[in-house]
Amino acid sequence: MTDVKMSIFRGEEGEGEMVDYTIGLDEGMVLLDCIHRIQHEQEAELSCRWNCKAGKCGSCSAEINGKPRLMCMTRMSDIIEETPEDEIITVRPMKAFPHIKDLVTDVSWNYEMAKAVVPLKGPEETDWVFSQFEAERAQEFRKCIECFICQDTCHVLREYRKFDEFGGPRTMVRLANFEMHPMDQEDRIPEAKDEFGIGYCNITKCCTDVCPAGINITDNAIIPLKERVVDRYYDPIKMIWHKITGQKLRT
Amino acid sequence: MTFESHEYDVVVVGAGGAGLRAAIEASRQGAKTAIICKSLLGKAHTVMAEGGAAAALGNADDRDSWETHFKDTMKGGKYLNNWRMAQIHAQESADRIRELEQWGAVFDRTPQGLINQRNFGGHTYPRLAHVGDSTGLEIIRTLQEKGIHSGVDIFMEYTVSHLLQSDDGTCTGCVAYNRVDGAMHAFSSKSLVLATGGITRCWSVCSASWEYTGDGHALALNAGAELIDMEFVQFHPTGMVWPTSVRGILVTEGVRGEGGVLKNSEGVRFMFDYVPDMFKGDHAETEEESTEWVRQVVAGEIATVRRPPELLTRDVVAKAINKEVAEGRGSTHGGAYLDIASQRTPEEIIAKLPSMYHQFKELAGVDITKEPMEVGPTAHYVMGGVRVDAESQESTIAGLFAAGEVASGLHGANRLGGNSLSDLIVFGKRAGEHAAKRATEVEQPKLDNTDIEAAIAANLAPLAREGGENPGKVYDDLRNMMQDKVGIIRKEAELESALDDLKGFATRVGKTNPGSSMIYNSGWHQVLDLVNMVDISIACALAALTRTESRGGHTREDHPEPDKGRWSHTTNVIYKKDGNIVISQEELSQPPAELEKLLDRTKKEDEK
Repeated sequence: MTDVKMSIFRGEEGEGEMVDYTIGLDEGMVLLDCIHRIQHEQEAELSCRWNCKAGKCGSCSAEINGKPRLMCMTRMSDIIEETPEDEIITVRPMKAFPHIKDLVTDVSWNYEMAKAVVPLKGPEETDWVFSQFEAERAQEFRKCIECFICQDTCHVLREYRKFDEFGGPRTMVRLANFEMHPMDQEDRIPEAKDEFGIGYCNITKCCTDVCPAGINITDNAIIPLKERVVDRYYDPIKMIWHKITGQKLRT
Repeated sequence: MTFESHEYDVVVVGAGGAGLRAAIEASRQGAKTAIICKSLLGKAHTVMAEGGAAAALGNADDRDSWETHFKDTMKGGKYLNNWRMAQIHAQESADRIRELEQWGAVFDRTPQGLINQRNFGGHTYPRLAHVGDSTGLEIIRTLQEKGIHSGVDIFMEYTVSHLLQSDDGTCTGCVAYNRVDGAMHAFSSKSLVLATGGITRCWSVCSASWEYTGDGHALALNAGAELIDMEFVQFHPTGMVWPTSVRGILVTEGVRGEGGVLKNSEGVRFMFDYVPDMFKGDHAETEEESTEWVRQVVAGEIATVRRPPELLTRDVVAKAINKEVAEGRGSTHGGAYLDIASQRTPEEIIAKLPSMYHQFKELAGVDITKEPMEVGPTAHYVMGGVRVDAESQESTIAGLFAAGEVASGLHGANRLGGNSLSDLIVFGKRAGEHAAKRATEVEQPKLDNTDIEAAIAANLAPLAREGGENPGKVYDDLRNMMQDKVGIIRKEAELESALDDLKGFATRVGKTNPGSSMIYNSGWHQVLDLVNMVDISIACALAALTRTESRGGHTREDHPEPDKGRWSHTTNVIYKKDGNIVISQEELSQPPAELEKLLDRTKKEDEK
């Protein structure tokens, strides 16, 4: 067993400091294992969220060496390799959200956004018929594990703090899920534009780069929604089409 | 210490599939409903379910019916199931799945565009509605979105520590603490639904998250409710075995459902040698027949040959792997080889098992489209739990309901894969419905401050301790002890020794020191969870010691065969008497004639 050193943010409500820990390392350990080892051997009060430890629940998001990722899917061998020899591994809480304690932040804003999206509105009859191809368009967005790493990364939220005007990538993924759902009858475009401020996104693809579920957030969720907003509100011909028929024009 | 009071018609404890479904139903029936859950919404254990939800929709094979699902469930449970729960489950699961689709779940499709169904161990026909290998995520997200739009109040990151009761024992509410700020809360409820999941965190090799500390089991036990079948713990045959830090993480049975085969270090497909008498003739007897079955299933044809023996029930496969390893034919790191690479194309594997592909790639550096996985048994599910009425899910305590893994009866001695997700939605709905109905019939309970203050004092006690062990150390030691002495293969001396050890653990838990902070103090939360883990470990070890036979999820090295006599129709009942956990036995109710004739018990009677 070799030892590894890492520096973890300790404190409450944003006030605190980086504290160094030395942990014994076994083969194959992930960063979350190190946090647990510190809790069990050194510091019972160290706070972090976790559940599945298999990349399925999205609880253990943190900023490791400055990059938001899941602690349970970050192998120590990779982190040691990426950290320059004269630097120490750093673990900090997500920066975009209000800090609670140590690695735990208040992510409740994301749950408010979830509640603000109108739920699926499909036909009353059961046994819906649609193809696997159609299913997959929505399924990509339903892979989201709600780790909120995309929200943490998005500069509109992280730097510009537009929490009142912009729903963030996670909300766009949720809207895209319904918009691409083969049976949804609700019009999602006004919601995307007015309620959730899709115009704020300037497609830098930072969210896509960090998504642990591999969702192509920018290309498959945000850009198609943006195109539909543009078609609806800024393309005169399609505006007239929508006024006359009242239908979504699938592009 | 002060506390905040709340009043609800129905309080649901737990926000996995059963809790969410119960809350949605209670709210739909007009009850003012709250959910209290230990984690953030959408992170409960249901999210980790992979393979699918069993329901006789008959979309992938129209020979399927509720009667066959009932028969399979009873046979898989080795006939110790509550027959009425097995019947209700088989009859109602299809409608519950259809309802999920209307609430937004996007299941994989058949070529005809209907909900597709996959094969799983113990199910006669392809029966599991699924989304790749992340069906649990789909179901919890769907229920979560339905729930937040159903007018349910949600208390996230709260742990319920005590149930409150009136003088006659009726459940009147609960005390909970907010994990974020340590504040105490008292809830008055006309009905309370336990949907807290399972207990498998009591074993060191398990597929469970930190939440699985048997809270609901312990709350019920301490309130005077009865637990049944606590000796039956499902060790899922395929957990990851390497690297050590990921040992126990689930590898879905869907790998075998999609054609994956199990081999030992000699390259032998050993499952052909482990077919129990009760399943003789149900499975392929040659590799050729197995291969043909996979070909038919992949081609979307109705299978005309028998399924591979890898799809025997979980108890059988887990014990087979255990034996191969014990006899020196294990894989490099002490498991078996699970090989899908030789059976399906890389494209098919990535499409059907995407999360398995990523899990092995990222955590073990193994490419499952090219190499076999190393797998071994992992504590996965408890069949035992709160004894409930089959129709209403009410426990033996008035006003206290239970649904999902915390409840018992449906699965008997062994649960079939896929029957858990369907259990959650079938009995979650029923629990919510009957909890709401009761709420229209009783007055809002007045809570007794003395009881609340006693509960709060017990919760705060660990924070006042000076010195003492780190609770994490006690937690690790307890789990290692249970793994060693109450694991997949059990014997009398070890079970007795475990019960002795548990007395010591109870003392140690009472002396741990989690520090003094009330703000998101994981150590403090762990001490309070540990109290439950000790009680539930005692219940499990005591039931395991008492049942002197091997059946389903309970295997005794000193009593290796199923008993044809008493134990084949006897249930262990656990309850508290004068503060002690005690056990008694009861005769199991047998199905009426019209259901009995659906079962193929003849082979069971011949069982040696």
